[in-house]
Amino acid sequence: MSSTSHYPAAIHSERIESHTLSVIVDNEPGVLARVIGLFSGRGYNIDSLTVSETEHEKHLSRITIVTRGTPMVIEQIKNQLDRLVPIHRVVDVTLAGPSIQRELAMVKVRGMGEPRVEALRLADAFRARVIDAGPESFIFEITGATEKIEQFIALMLPLGLVEVSRTGVVAIARGPEGM
Amino acid sequence: MTKQTSGTESHGREMTGAEMVIAALSDQGVQHIFGYPGGAVLPIYDAIFHQQQVQHILVRHEQGAVHAAEGYARSTGKVGCVLVTSGPGATNAVTGLTDALCDSIPLVVITGQVPTHLIGNDAFQECDTVGITRPCTKHNYLVKSVDDLPRVLHEAFHIASSGRPGPVVIDIPKDVQFAKGTYSKPSEFQHKGYKPRLKGDQNRIMQAVQLMARAKRPVFYTGGGVINSGPRATALLRELAKLTGFPITSTLMGLGAVQASDPQWLGMLGMHGTWEANWAMHDCDVMICIGARFDDRITGRVDAFSPGSTKIHVDIDASSINKNIKVDVPIIGDCAHVLEDMIALWRQTKSQPDQKALGEWWKQIDKWRARKSLAYKRSDAIIKPQYAIQRLYELTKDRDTYITTEVGQHQMWAAQFYGFQEPNRWMTSGGLGTMGYGLPAAIGVQMAHRQSLVIDIAGEASVLMNMQEMSTAVQHRLPIKVFILNNQYMGMVRQWQELLHGGRYAESYTHSLPDFVKLAEAYHAVGIRCEKPGDLDGAIKEMINVNKPVLFDCVVDQAENCFPMIPSGRAHNEMLLGDAAESIEDAITEEGKMLV
Repeated sequence: MSSTSHYPAAIHSERIESHTLSVIVDNEPGVLARVIGLFSGRGYNIDSLTVSETEHEKHLSRITIVTRGTPMVIEQIKNQLDRLVPIHRVVDVTLAGPSIQRELAMVKVRGMGEPRVEALRLADAFRARVIDAGPESFIFEITGATEKIEQFIALMLPLGLVEVSRTGVVAIARGPEGM
Repeated sequence: MTKQTSGTESHGREMTGAEMVIAALSDQGVQHIFGYPGGAVLPIYDAIFHQQQVQHILVRHEQGAVHAAEGYARSTGKVGCVLVTSGPGATNAVTGLTDALCDSIPLVVITGQVPTHLIGNDAFQECDTVGITRPCTKHNYLVKSVDDLPRVLHEAFHIASSGRPGPVVIDIPKDVQFAKGTYSKPSEFQHKGYKPRLKGDQNRIMQAVQLMARAKRPVFYTGGGVINSGPRATALLRELAKLTGFPITSTLMGLGAVQASDPQWLGMLGMHGTWEANWAMHDCDVMICIGARFDDRITGRVDAFSPGSTKIHVDIDASSINKNIKVDVPIIGDCAHVLEDMIALWRQTKSQPDQKALGEWWKQIDKWRARKSLAYKRSDAIIKPQYAIQRLYELTKDRDTYITTEVGQHQMWAAQFYGFQEPNRWMTSGGLGTMGYGLPAAIGVQMAHRQSLVIDIAGEASVLMNMQEMSTAVQHRLPIKVFILNNQYMGMVRQWQELLHGGRYAESYTHSLPDFVKLAEAYHAVGIRCEKPGDLDGAIKEMINVNKPVLFDCVVDQAENCFPMIPSGRAHNEMLLGDAAESIEDAITEEGKMLV
């Protein structure tokens, strides 16, 4: 539908960007529901979400969200998050400067003979660790940027990939300063 | 000041959770609470029974309680309070909560909950109140321990009333109401994360002042944020308008911030705004938006909205900025604080408006005004709804009057034809558009202003949605006046069906309406019917003079449409006037018909 409507049509002219947001929240009941409800209620995307308490004495948790949208929508997401009462701070890691983003995956591969050897060789090249091994299976632990993990999983697929468990992205800014 | 004494006395004292609720309300200066009892709030009702400070107003439906509290809050600037039970009590309150969230009305709504050990058990009258109300409140709490209760109660008032105001729900399980704990009075606590910003960025305000001083075709576009900010914001806005001589328009929610009689006032803008207001918005070179949010009813077609202007936007809520319309100078802060700084900087820099350009601009505005966009065809035989509002205005303007409305054509006509002179005198459901708002809201207003004239300008369809509250008005001797513009249709629905759906009036005719005069009498109120323009003044005077609730059945022209109107899919400079009504069907595009 074109933009000739009284309910304004979606703006398609702007490019879609992926942003990683770090959000410091009070670790209290319902806080994750507030964040997720905001995203589903307003039609925002969540590509990845991780959460864990990071400062036990202050009961503060850090939520890392990878989201997609036009720059205007990303700005809205940050402002809407900031409006929630239990949220202390929202930082756009993608804009804030150089940062490191990692996720961890555990990858189960089943196989015998040559594919099994090939899987081990590739794991070595990717610096994935073997954390469980049986006569016909391995579980690899791999840490890295999302692309690296995607690549590793794609390589394991023809070699007998069974299942994958991933943490989602965690991120931190480079340098001496905290958020 | 009995309430404060009692609060100080109760500090540090051991009491039940239910008593803490009353102590906290009392310490927060609450005098009235609207509510409806039920199993899960009985301990709190028992505490109400034992005290005098907080007066409870029994409603007939929980939705009515919330709208009444909204009317109370909006007409006083205080926090409105509600007390309802669990399950259906809470779910019935949801419409009112959403309404208050949309229009930024400060409310504290206390809901009962089943005992903590039964939560999640599908117990009788249990619902997930915090889950259901999470998206329709500014914040909400489930209080699982009586030790948290005093802090939560006080925090709720702070959150509801500060920053961008809004409704806060406190869900209190029944065992917590019975449990004993130590009460503490409100302290100057700082919420760890929640710190609304009041002062605007000085550099941005300076930038705004410089833009205003250079402006050739400026316009102030103000909204409900000015009203919410308090009387000081209104006074400062008027001062700034005087200082600059700029024209000023406002949203539905902002009416009353500028006097309707002020020569700089252009009337309301937006979908049913005046020709001059919308054209000024479209053609301006500097737009100064203060406490409004570029709602879709205001902007019309977004990509054609005020294409040539530099936009300044003052809002306390950062998420309102750049949401619909990209602005050039965003200023995050409270309207009163920012206006004060704007005026100070304007004076300090010895700014002067560009009088020559402004003169030209006013000449252009006068041409738009000359179109008389609110004109309608008069009749001696039948009451025109616009005429009814005009007469109501003329006969009540010298009194201490408060106006509430329901939602629809009558609401727009009230906004267009009732000349508001002061803030907090106009209570209407703007964002959510809740039919059934006006009657309970009038009850709330009348509760706060016992001696004032409180009129609900209503439609016959809307008012039936919360008609049961007439019983509340009678019980509490609240002489509200329900002025029903009765056209036997859901008028705005009918208008859209006429314009967009080939005159096929699917389900918009209100068949089998009650006899409103008899209905009033059934409630022990007074009913008045008026069918002839010649009888109208007399009937209105009679209504004003009755010291009882009145249902006024004003039988009006069924076919009248609300103009001006920006049709679906059109921009501000494409608005239609009443005398152009016949060409409207062609004016709306096929795509426009798909939308509301």
